[in-house]
Amino acid sequence: MAAKSPQGPAVGYNTESTRTLLRVVILCFIAAAAISSRLFSVIRFESIIHEFDPWFNFRATKYLVANGFYKFWDWFDDRTWHPLGRVTGGTLYPGLMVTSGAIYHALRTLTVPVDIRNICVLLAPACSGLTAFATYLLTNEMTTSPSAGLLAAVFMGIAPGYISRSVAGSYDNEAIAIFLLVFTFYLWIKALKLGSMLWGALCALFYGYMVASWGGYAFITCLLPVHALVLICMGRYSTRLYVSYTTWYALGTLASMQIPFVGFLPIKTSEHMPALGIFGFIQLIGFIQYVRSAISGRQFQTFLVTILVATFGLGLLGLVALTSLGYIAPWSGRFYSLWDTGYAKIHIPIIASVSEHQPTAWPSFFFDLNFLIWLFPAGVYLCFQDLKDEHVFVVVYALFGSYFAGVMVRLMLTLTPVVCVAAAMAASQILDTYLSWKTPVPVEEGQEAPKKAKGGLRGSDKPTVGIYSNLTKVMVSGSMLVYLLMFVSHCTWVTSNAYSSPSVVLASRMPDGSQHIIDDYREAYQWLRQNTKEDAKIMSWWDYGYQIGGMADRPTLVDNNTWNNTHIATVGKAMSSREEVSYPIMRQHEVDYILVVFGGLLGYSGDDINKFLWMVRIAEGIWPEEVKERDFFTAQGEYRVDEGATETMKNSLMYKMSYYNYASLFPAGQAADRVRGVRIPDQGPVLNTIEEAFTSENWIIRIYKVKDLDNIGRDHANAAAFERGQKKKKPTKKRGARVLRVD
Amino acid sequence: ANWDKVLQNIYQYYMKETPQRTKLIDVFLVFIAVVGALQFLYCILAGNYPFNAFLSGFGATVGQFVLTISLRIQTTAANKSEFPEVSPERAFADYVVCSLILHFFCVNFIN
Repeated sequence: MAAKSPQGPAVGYNTESTRTLLRVVILCFIAAAAISSRLFSVIRFESIIHEFDPWFNFRATKYLVANGFYKFWDWFDDRTWHPLGRVTGGTLYPGLMVTSGAIYHALRTLTVPVDIRNICVLLAPACSGLTAFATYLLTNEMTTSPSAGLLAAVFMGIAPGYISRSVAGSYDNEAIAIFLLVFTFYLWIKALKLGSMLWGALCALFYGYMVASWGGYAFITCLLPVHALVLICMGRYSTRLYVSYTTWYALGTLASMQIPFVGFLPIKTSEHMPALGIFGFIQLIGFIQYVRSAISGRQFQTFLVTILVATFGLGLLGLVALTSLGYIAPWSGRFYSLWDTGYAKIHIPIIASVSEHQPTAWPSFFFDLNFLIWLFPAGVYLCFQDLKDEHVFVVVYALFGSYFAGVMVRLMLTLTPVVCVAAAMAASQILDTYLSWKTPVPVEEGQEAPKKAKGGLRGSDKPTVGIYSNLTKVMVSGSMLVYLLMFVSHCTWVTSNAYSSPSVVLASRMPDGSQHIIDDYREAYQWLRQNTKEDAKIMSWWDYGYQIGGMADRPTLVDNNTWNNTHIATVGKAMSSREEVSYPIMRQHEVDYILVVFGGLLGYSGDDINKFLWMVRIAEGIWPEEVKERDFFTAQGEYRVDEGATETMKNSLMYKMSYYNYASLFPAGQAADRVRGVRIPDQGPVLNTIEEAFTSENWIIRIYKVKDLDNIGRDHANAAAFERGQKKKKPTKKRGARVLRVD
Repeated sequence: ANWDKVLQNIYQYYMKETPQRTKLIDVFLVFIAVVGALQFLYCILAGNYPFNAFLSGFGATVGQFVLTISLRIQTTAANKSEFPEVSPERAFADYVVCSLILHFFCVNFIN
């Protein structure tokens, strides 16, 4: 649709200014569409933060707004990772918070006082409009077609692959990072084409901003050197490449080192070594190019080439040596698992336990990108036809992006921009060919006939290309239009149905079609906030750490920032052990309340019993003697929770907490777990060391209070048995085996 | 024997073909290279304890070196075809802006 506009039929109006006006109007509409298609969840539910990670970002932003920048910069957070705390200022990417803080203060000075929560909720949609614009700029660098940029902007604006991470309320780093990613690439292409230091410096500045915002900046640091290397290998080295690359690297590396979380990483880790290596290599090539201009002689040139290759090899060897000697840190587990896809599952269960880190299935490519996914290879092919420096970039980006998106679901996000660019190039090529009303001049037709007779199949001249029949034009562009319309409706449908649900609130439909909202999470968090003392420590699995910190405002033991695996394993051990083992652990960590998520009553499948095996695995990684995954399976190797469950399972704290008193909800013999689809024994588990403190309306969240030590020094099992009246009828006269009292 | 000739050729070519302004830039380049080498030598001899200080000092020399070479490339008449849109004045203005950014980062990083 957008493609039609620049070539109106009326010649008088087809001036440069009309086109500019149309372009501006179209871009405004694209931005509006990008923003409004992300508002489903705000309109349906309310303006809240979704998911888990955004709750921390939101909390950090509130801290920034309340305390100012310098306090935020060295913020030691003692309300997470309870005994340890977290040096938050040095362990987060501050770009997102600083951006929304700046917007907040800017709006304040404009006397539009907006709540910081609304800024956080609506930041991602606002950035998506900018992303669409950046994609427009980037695509315009790639092709001369006037429609390609607009098409790419439309695609980027509403493609579900990007919407999934940027709906309103998804206040995550990706919200701002994709805009910065695309814009940095645009600046890089611009710098490369012009060979200008200023554009290189701008690219470095936005690269610095990107580093401040998202850990995915490593993608840029690896992609730009690979692009440069490919260009060099193709013999396309130019002084423009030298100027743009070295400016970018020198300024960008220093810029990235300003972020405390990154610090010295750019010179100490393997992820950043390609950039450094190419930086050195390009110096050498620049020098040799200079010498070559000074001296002629074929032998000398070949000699130089050998020097070049040898130096490159030596540099590579030196890098390997430095890495093996330990001066340069090897690939971190998260990056390494992208290459060795089986690595995480075996060695780092905590990475493999995240659902986003699974390989992508084919349907999700079609689901997220619809018809762009098959226009994408065509667009990459078109890049080969007219291979310039910037097209090499698209090719390299497409290769790497597709590989990474295939390995990990969440990296679909970095693939989406290049898919939009390449698909827009292909689509605009089709539209440009079939939408031009100019029929090729018939004179050429006459010329063609004798040529064919003369030259046979191979004409050295370019054959006359053009579409003659208007019917063909209408049909092809009509079907393209149908695809475009279907794309819009697909995107809207996917966004509305799949990506616009806040995971904090669970929505379900009543039989009459009205909406029923299950709000157990906030009910429980609100209970914690209002009915516990200010510094009551909450132990839960790490998934809920950020939400507890954000909504209940209570200290937690572990949270979604999984920086300390042992501490998480401690919680896993406490959850998966017998009460007698767990209680000392909880006492040592000053736990006051334990929170578990249980979906058995409602059929909410993301509950802690289903995550339980990951807790066991992570705990087993540290204490293989005490926690064994095998013990949680029956002799037949089944993971059961009904009466056939193993003794270890039945005695584990997690099982007891989940099913405590659960059977009493049902008539005798009919207690059922609707997630696992099994019948639960009537005789529920008995809790000695903890007591139930709160259970939400639909039993999704259950909170237990850790009992204090017994007043008269008995252990909790005895004390609880005494309370229940299970005292022995006849006090046994027999003397037990006592040990000597030692004072 | 071959190398002598090669080096001599390079030297003669340089002396004959390079304009005065570019030679001035080259003197500056040599100075930066010497400063960078001295810093690196000192870091090897005396240890890298305030590592950020070393990095910002060394990074400043490397960055300035690279930027100066970029300026040299852009102001060389032979490269005019590569940079149709960059006039020597524009190149110098870019150079100033980039150097300012570089020094801001270095001063910030040295603490």
